Amino acid sequence: MGIAALPLADFEAALLGTDRVAAGRILEAVCALEQPLVAVEGLVAPVLERIGAGWERGEVALAQVYMSGLICEELVEEVLPASKHRRINSPRVALAVLDDYHMLGKRLVHSVLRAAGYEVLDCGRVEPEELIERVIAEQVDVVMLSVLMLPAALRVREVVLALPQHVRVAVGGAPFRLDPELYREVGADAMGRTASDALSILRSFAELAA
Amino acid sequence: MTSAERVTAAISHQEPDRVPLFMTTTMHGARELDLPLKDYFTSSKNVIEGQVRLKEHYGGDFYYAVLYAAIEAEAFGQDVRWCDNGPATAGAPGIRNIEEIRSLEAPDPRTTPCLQRVLEVIAGLAERAAGETPVVGLVVSPFSLPIMQLGFERYLRLTYEHRDLFWQLMAINEAFCVAWAEAQIAAGASAIAYYDPASSPTVTAPAVFRETGLLIAKRTLSRIPAATAIHLASGRCLPILDELISTGTNMVSASAEEDLAETKARCAGRVTVVGDLNGLAMRRWTAEDAEAAVKSAIAAAGRGGGFILADNHGEIPWQVPDSVLEAVRDAVDRWGRYPLSWVDDEGD
Repeated sequence: MGIAALPLADFEAALLGTDRVAAGRILEAVCALEQPLVAVEGLVAPVLERIGAGWERGEVALAQVYMSGLICEELVEEVLPASKHRRINSPRVALAVLDDYHMLGKRLVHSVLRAAGYEVLDCGRVEPEELIERVIAEQVDVVMLSVLMLPAALRVREVVLALPQHVRVAVGGAPFRLDPELYREVGADAMGRTASDALSILRSFAELAA
Repeated sequence: MTSAERVTAAISHQEPDRVPLFMTTTMHGARELDLPLKDYFTSSKNVIEGQVRLKEHYGGDFYYAVLYAAIEAEAFGQDVRWCDNGPATAGAPGIRNIEEIRSLEAPDPRTTPCLQRVLEVIAGLAERAAGETPVVGLVVSPFSLPIMQLGFERYLRLTYEHRDLFWQLMAINEAFCVAWAEAQIAAGASAIAYYDPASSPTVTAPAVFRETGLLIAKRTLSRIPAATAIHLASGRCLPILDELISTGTNMVSASAEEDLAETKARCAGRVTVVGDLNGLAMRRWTAEDAEAAVKSAIAAAGRGGGFILADNHGEIPWQVPDSVLEAVRDAVDRWGRYPLSWVDDEGD
């Protein structure tokens, strides 16, 4: 099946309507013709990116982004079970929420990355010191940080300054979206406006490293 | 005109002497008194004095009797985490298992210490205002409070997957919200901000909003005996604007991510628009940036009244420097005087 023939619009409509059954049938049909990882990369990841872009344009709600990611994550777990198919584990990616209990952004990124076939280290809600220790101990290459409040966004600088130089840092959350210069101010390498931007950020990091 | 007269004219869709300014400064009161945020917010006397000084310093037209949004979660028994350069935030969600909703009890605003502190602030500000300055109270909407009560993710799953428990929680929160608003009005609040970010299309799909947040807002707002403002906390409003207006609210917040002129055109003569300066961007504004932003907002929405200039989130960040707030004040004074003939002149 060529990329052009993939049922992107139908899959997107099923996800936005939170119709897990319909989305599952579509992915199953694609997996019957393609390798599961190819199906995930060709269907699931692009549709999640389209949904993220729809949120950015104000056409899709955060709740739909969340439910779409959740459904895709579950579906991908079924077609790419850990024991049978290798997930993408390079670069090694860690996710974390700094400072407060607003966990949704991290959860959205987790869903997008898992649904796109990535292995992900979820550090949960952490203080900067704890995160730095884990990143070094687990030999993480890319850290993705989600924040909701401005004070937490400003603490990203503490993390950036303490990490080994080769570790890339991407950030996301309302303070960065509403102040597009803030991510540079805190020393991050990239800023995602939507959860699905995590995929393009990883691609751009890979291109820079190549 | 007094601030009260100015605001009354504006929300009656008439042009007052100048555009009313709602400076949503909560934390800056601590700076006026040179106090740490926790010391400031745990004393009603400090907050009263802080708000009075803020009005003198920045010339806003309101007293903002808001301490921090997480105070309602605190009233339900949740921990609050203090921060030395930002608002206090809710700690770990109070409802750890959704089954706990079945036995959840709402606090009584008249006997809950943290809420009593707010009521003391309102009463103190109302006394200082002597009818000349509106005192604004705040309730978190029944539909948005669960973001703190449950955490955002579990709340979304509750909304989609457990509608029976969702409605049970809404019934508890609605009763609390009305009682909390009534207590604030009895203490002297002139208007209530109904803080409802979850209803914004930024968060909830309009179709889901119509069968949840909209019904809740209609029921709740109809029971609040004062002017109300639906505040979506920087979230978008245009896709559901007609529905928001149908709730009977008097004011609607505008988002910096939408076109203010379009928002005003659709609201004109129906509800007052409150907005839409970008509080997060303010942190790095120069005085010239502040003046340009104020001028642009007034040009887009000022004519004909029905407009209150404010930030778009409902709370200006602690990191915004005094010089920017002073520049906003001065720009409103310079460009906000009615009639706004300069808008027509520049449009020609």
